[in-house]
Amino acid sequence: MSFEVLWRYAPALVGGFGVTVLCWSLGAVIGLTFGLAIALLGRLELAPLRWLLRACVETIRGTPFLVQLFLLYAGGPFIGLKLSATAAGILGLGAYSSAYFSEIFRAGFASVPEGQSEAAISVGMRPVDIFWRIRLPIALVATLPAIVNMLVILSKETVVLSIITVPELMYQMQTMAAETFTAFDAIFAMAIFYWLLVEAVSRLGRRLEARLTAFMSGEARPA
Amino acid sequence: MSEMMIEIRGVCKSFGRLQVLRDVDLTVERSQVVCLIGPSGSGKSTLLRCVNFLETYDSGEILIGGKLIGYRDDPGGRRPMASGELRGMRREIGMVFQHFNLWPHMSALQNVAEPLLRVRGLTASAADERARAVLKRVGLADKAASYPGRLSGGQQQRVAIARALAMQPRLMLFDEPTSALDPELVGEVLEVMRSLAAEGMTMLIVTHEMGFAAHVADRIAFIDAGRIIEKGPPRQVFHESAEPRVRQFLQTYHDRNSF
Repeated sequence: MSFEVLWRYAPALVGGFGVTVLCWSLGAVIGLTFGLAIALLGRLELAPLRWLLRACVETIRGTPFLVQLFLLYAGGPFIGLKLSATAAGILGLGAYSSAYFSEIFRAGFASVPEGQSEAAISVGMRPVDIFWRIRLPIALVATLPAIVNMLVILSKETVVLSIITVPELMYQMQTMAAETFTAFDAIFAMAIFYWLLVEAVSRLGRRLEARLTAFMSGEARPA
Repeated sequence: MSEMMIEIRGVCKSFGRLQVLRDVDLTVERSQVVCLIGPSGSGKSTLLRCVNFLETYDSGEILIGGKLIGYRDDPGGRRPMASGELRGMRREIGMVFQHFNLWPHMSALQNVAEPLLRVRGLTASAADERARAVLKRVGLADKAASYPGRLSGGQQQRVAIARALAMQPRLMLFDEPTSALDPELVGEVLEVMRSLAAEGMTMLIVTHEMGFAAHVADRIAFIDAGRIIEKGPPRQVFHESAEPRVRQFLQTYHDRNSF
């Protein structure tokens, strides 16, 4: 174990970690947004649209992320989509995770009992209020564990971005290993970085979950 | 002449091939309490749900305070009513469900205040004040901050009644309000309903509580296989009906209460 090497490469590694966190978080925001949109559009009574969305989701779920990413980055310019490596990486993570998030949201909305919407309809609430105030919060609480789980998976999928030269953690580690012949140290350091990231995400998720589900069995906090 | 709150005339409805309502006629006058009784699957709940158009009906008409609900009869034929207009009618019709249908992510107070904020457009403080007053009215002032998961079935149903009541509806529909409750908890819900009736609330109630129906209802309608086969004051339906189906149904009730 060569701490001297790790120390020397620390700025690059920390920078790489920053890029990893950036790609992961922006990719997650895109994935969550589009996942929600896909789940909602899929509920419309439009057969061709539903079929199209279904096909997209199944294609993404049926192929490796590595292939999708490579196609987006290397194949994009052929259809006029010229992206920097980092932009392609973020967009790729977003598209990839949106397929999974859409399935999570679909199941979440399906789990909201019809009666809770009927109660809102019967008092004359508008559909937009029924969605934002009733259906969405109930669905979110039900799906939170699955969402956190997907976020954890996504944080580790960021390593794939190194193949299209996004300067994230994996890329910096490989550079260090190649330049200094310290493959073991690189893998070891990387494990620690990712463990920190996953632990942070899981903790955040557990906290959010505890906070959101407390009400199901508890009393409101005094205002 | 007394004012008609609900007029159901010649209503028919089918789910696919299954005809669930056959030419139903029923009226409820202002401040009247009418109970719908009958065997399971006879169409009682479906009829009730047609009154606020949670279910559509195929033909006939349902008038609320003299106004057709759910449809607009144009010279060219019948069209669905504009959704805004339908919402306007629904907010005057309170509904209480068998399974309460409280919103689990909101406290009792928020459950009652939410429609006041979103539908009646009250300010937060006015909604809060009215919600607290109505919760007090159903005996749950001390449960305002509790979430539904922490309340008993009877308490949940009283919150649900408060939610409907806070909208100050002109009439209220009850769909088997005590059927999902432990026998012990039925009384507290019926007590609230009894006091509403005493205050002159117009109520249409689907129930299996024959004792409650006999004592509180002004009129009873008996539905069997989608048809109203008997209606009248409780005394007449419970004791003087000539319909064999009604006598047979009520016999089990009389038997159960004779020991």
